Amino acid sequence: MPSTTPAQATSLLLMSREDNCLIARVDLKAGDEVSIDGRAVALPGDVRLGHKVARRDLAPGEKVVRYGAIIGTATAPVAIGAHIHTHNLESDYIPTFTLEQDGNHFIGHKAP
Amino acid sequence: MTTSTDLANIGLTGYPRADGRKGIRNVVVVAYLVECAHHVARLIVNKFPDQPVHLIGFPGCYPNEYADKIMKQVLTHPNVGAALLVSLGCESFDKGGLAQAVADSGRPVHTVTIQDVGGTRSGVEGGVEWVRWAVEDLTRQERVPMRADELVVATICGGSDSTSGITANPAVGAAFDQLIAAGSACVFEETGELVGCEFHMKRRAVTPELGDEIVRTVEKASRYYTIMGHGSFAPGNADGGLTTQEEKSLGAYAKSGASPIVGILKPGDQAPTGGLYLLDVVPDGEPRFGFPNISDNAEIVELISCGAHVTLFTTGRGSVVGSAIAPVIKVCANPRTYDKLADDMDVNAGRILTGHASIEEVGTEIVELIARVANGECTRSEALGHQEFILTYKQFEPIGPGCLPLKAA
Repeated sequence: MPSTTPAQATSLLLMSREDNCLIARVDLKAGDEVSIDGRAVALPGDVRLGHKVARRDLAPGEKVVRYGAIIGTATAPVAIGAHIHTHNLESDYIPTFTLEQDGNHFIGHKAP
Repeated sequence: MTTSTDLANIGLTGYPRADGRKGIRNVVVVAYLVECAHHVARLIVNKFPDQPVHLIGFPGCYPNEYADKIMKQVLTHPNVGAALLVSLGCESFDKGGLAQAVADSGRPVHTVTIQDVGGTRSGVEGGVEWVRWAVEDLTRQERVPMRADELVVATICGGSDSTSGITANPAVGAAFDQLIAAGSACVFEETGELVGCEFHMKRRAVTPELGDEIVRTVEKASRYYTIMGHGSFAPGNADGGLTTQEEKSLGAYAKSGASPIVGILKPGDQAPTGGLYLLDVVPDGEPRFGFPNISDNAEIVELISCGAHVTLFTTGRGSVVGSAIAPVIKVCANPRTYDKLADDMDVNAGRILTGHASIEEVGTEIVELIARVANGECTRSEALGHQEFILTYKQFEPIGPGCLPLKAA
């Protein structure tokens, strides 16, 4: 459970050894080169502070793990370094509702 | 590093109450008993801008056992010195029972009934006169030494983002572990935000029966929120990088630290000993009155009703709220939010993310701040005049027999 050692001089944080996602410590831009388990990866898209990226390639149906615990199921293929969010991850419990980009539309990301 | 000895050495002080508890504030509360009396109550409070006079109330005209219990516990909270009740006159709130409970607690209490005293103007005049007397009367009370095991500290998170679970929540967890080691009672809550953590929590329970009750409590929350159609998850959470309820839950759970869980409370229940308690805020039975808590302050009121002297509020997106009756300490998780809203924040836990402080160091900073706040230092939300309060309809059964294993001991 949340045992964290976050004060590292890297742009991505690993919360727990068994996690398959990493957390951005700063705002990152598409094309930024980051180190994931010693491998240099160019980010395919922007990732803001606090958001998640894949630590390795993920297949649809795979569980996403953060803090060593399952936080939901991947709904699409996710490449290493790609942003993980409501477009490719769903809750195993309760749907997530968000406001769309324009701030006017309320949409549900349904749990299976 | 703050230890139990250090907390004792800081020398806490509080106002002694007849029930043996001690308060860290000495507030005159003005409580309206139906929305129809709200305006008169507000006009009374507005006459005392620089005094510890706080406005609270219950808006409903229909009776509700939960609201009765919470009002009773809040008006006899150790931080309260005196209470004025403002009634319209025809509402169904049991004002006689409430006034009696406050009087029995040894506190001055007075009721203004607007329909009896001649309307708004005379209601305000009578109320102001009494509050002026009460404020003067309370200045004669003096603080006495208070032990760490007389302190109750609560925590809540609001406006969470992905940094909450990395910085502020684990730092509050570290503070909780230090406070519990010193003998304090600590309360964490929102079982709807612990969906996915129930089996972790079960392993931390001091008895197997309590562990089973914890799992049942979270299952109740999950079912209730599913019927409501929403988890405890707002669009801002997703904007901040959180994707699912269980991800938010795991981050929220870090606030509880690593101490054993010694009991479950329901709103208005008092912690019988020191140690870590889970507050079950989700109503029992079929959903009847809507969402369990319509916003963060409804939960803060429930934590206060359990005797919390001070509430640690972790926020990533940047909530600015405080509370009536008990000070709120805001622990900001996100360094960027802290830069934007520094005037509203008490602790910058974002330093953990930028590598300028460890979780333990920020935990110690929080414990030291609690001690100063207990002794009278204003939190940022107090200084800015925040006194939010929400109480609405709910329904609860009493807690089960396995919920407070230390009570009989």
